[in-house]
Amino acid sequence: MFTFSPEDFAKRTVGSVQEFALLCGRAVGNLFSGRRYWADIFTQMDSIGVGSLPIVILTGFFTGCVLALQAAVSLKEFGAVGMTGKLVALSMVKELGPVLTGLMVAGRNSSGMASELGSMKVTEQIDAMRALGTDPIRKLVTPRILATVVMLFFLTIISDACGTAGGALVSVTLLKLNASTFFHTAYMALTYGDVVGGLVKPLFSGFIVATVGCYFGMTAKGGTQGVGRATTQAVVYAMIFIILVDFLVTQLMIGIFGK
Amino acid sequence: MAESSFTPGSFDAGAGPVVAFHDVAIGFDGHEVLHDLSFHVEHGETRIILGPAGCGKSLILKLANGLLEPDRGEVCVFGRSLGGMTEAERFDLRAHVGMVFQESALFDSINVEDNVAYRLREEGAPAEETHTRVQEALRFVELEKAIDKYPSELSGGMRRRVSIARAIINRPDLILYDSPTGGLDPITSTTIIELVVKQRDVSHTTSLLITHRLQDAFTLATHRYNSDLGRMELIPDGKIDDSTKFLVLHEGKKVFDGTTLELTHSNDPFLREFLT
Repeated sequence: MFTFSPEDFAKRTVGSVQEFALLCGRAVGNLFSGRRYWADIFTQMDSIGVGSLPIVILTGFFTGCVLALQAAVSLKEFGAVGMTGKLVALSMVKELGPVLTGLMVAGRNSSGMASELGSMKVTEQIDAMRALGTDPIRKLVTPRILATVVMLFFLTIISDACGTAGGALVSVTLLKLNASTFFHTAYMALTYGDVVGGLVKPLFSGFIVATVGCYFGMTAKGGTQGVGRATTQAVVYAMIFIILVDFLVTQLMIGIFGK
Repeated sequence: MAESSFTPGSFDAGAGPVVAFHDVAIGFDGHEVLHDLSFHVEHGETRIILGPAGCGKSLILKLANGLLEPDRGEVCVFGRSLGGMTEAERFDLRAHVGMVFQESALFDSINVEDNVAYRLREEGAPAEETHTRVQEALRFVELEKAIDKYPSELSGGMRRRVSIARAIINRPDLILYDSPTGGLDPITSTTIIELVVKQRDVSHTTSLLITHRLQDAFTLATHRYNSDLGRMELIPDGKIDDSTKFLVLHEGKKVFDGTTLELTHSNDPFLREFLT
């Protein structure tokens, strides 16, 4: 019969945090020492970065479109429809671009990493790799972290651009605003702090997507059912951490840049 | 062979056992699986590990290769304790140990050649030499024609043979076979056991082998490889292979450690029942 023990739960939680911290520490440490698997890094960049392009472009574009529509309705009440560009650009660059891109990439890649590494774990391929003299963290985890952090940074820029373009398209075609006014207000609204804040977030999100996906994959157990469970947990935890860290980074950026 | 800080080539066969377990215990989720297990495997010896399912046989091989840490006790390989080693030192040690996994554990996203060549490529061996040695290893397991195939295109027996080729590619000083005939039909099992006998008699490599099939265990003890005929044959005059010894486990405890004759003549009730 299943009984809940708070002591066991606490021990398991602390143990998991310790394992996760050790995995992150070793994976990051591998970046600065020993052999680097460049072929694996570029393969992962292709899979994570290029593979995520369609979903990121579509999400960014339509988010920009919806933002422009919603903003125009509210701004119209104050006679400030001309500020639509400013609102779209600020929202996309500071918040929606980084967060939505992080969530999309988490949904696509955290699950992919957890299922791929989880399958390798339950079929003893990870043990075989260790038995053959290869550090699985160096070979499997470090390339995924590096590739995700680098590619998510660029994917966020693309998402920001597509969102602004989507907002512009809606503003010009449906709201009958002037394109040059839209882009001028958008450009003038953005400050150095906004752009830096928006581009720091994907660095954290990329790290979360890769480490959480790899952690649940590397600790999967219990056959195919265990792999499925690891995949689901990876997506859920990655998304929660992305939003939590977004809040913390936003606080930090407000502290640094004052806005 | 791999360049490493660890050199079992300098290991003196007379200095001590290749593998030694001293009061080793390991458990999971509060349940102890192996209880204070002690045994040793001498140079050139083939140690067959027998026992009912779930008694901790596979754990012994993982402990011997440093893939798991014991909760208590000490595991020594090539005269060195694994307990005090860093992970990097263990990678050096594993360069001298070949391991055949229960379900083959081939990397399913790469083909047979890449699987067998994996260790040599990790060690930075030249491409031409790697290809030659892969062909040699595949010739040994009689699977040269499967070099371009992917693991998913192979039968269970073929996968097991590729796994053996991968384990012997760098001519290891110790081979660990985890149920190499598990889940295979009797004919394919005999083919695999013939490869194990061939490796034992041609290279005289120290090995630990787990099997559930008593038939395979006694085939190993009663047969030898005839290089002239290119096949396994019964050792004449009812003799048995001196280098083949047995370790029998029951509920995580050692119940027998000795030669084939000692095993077959044992009066232990569990052994009698297990052997019949």
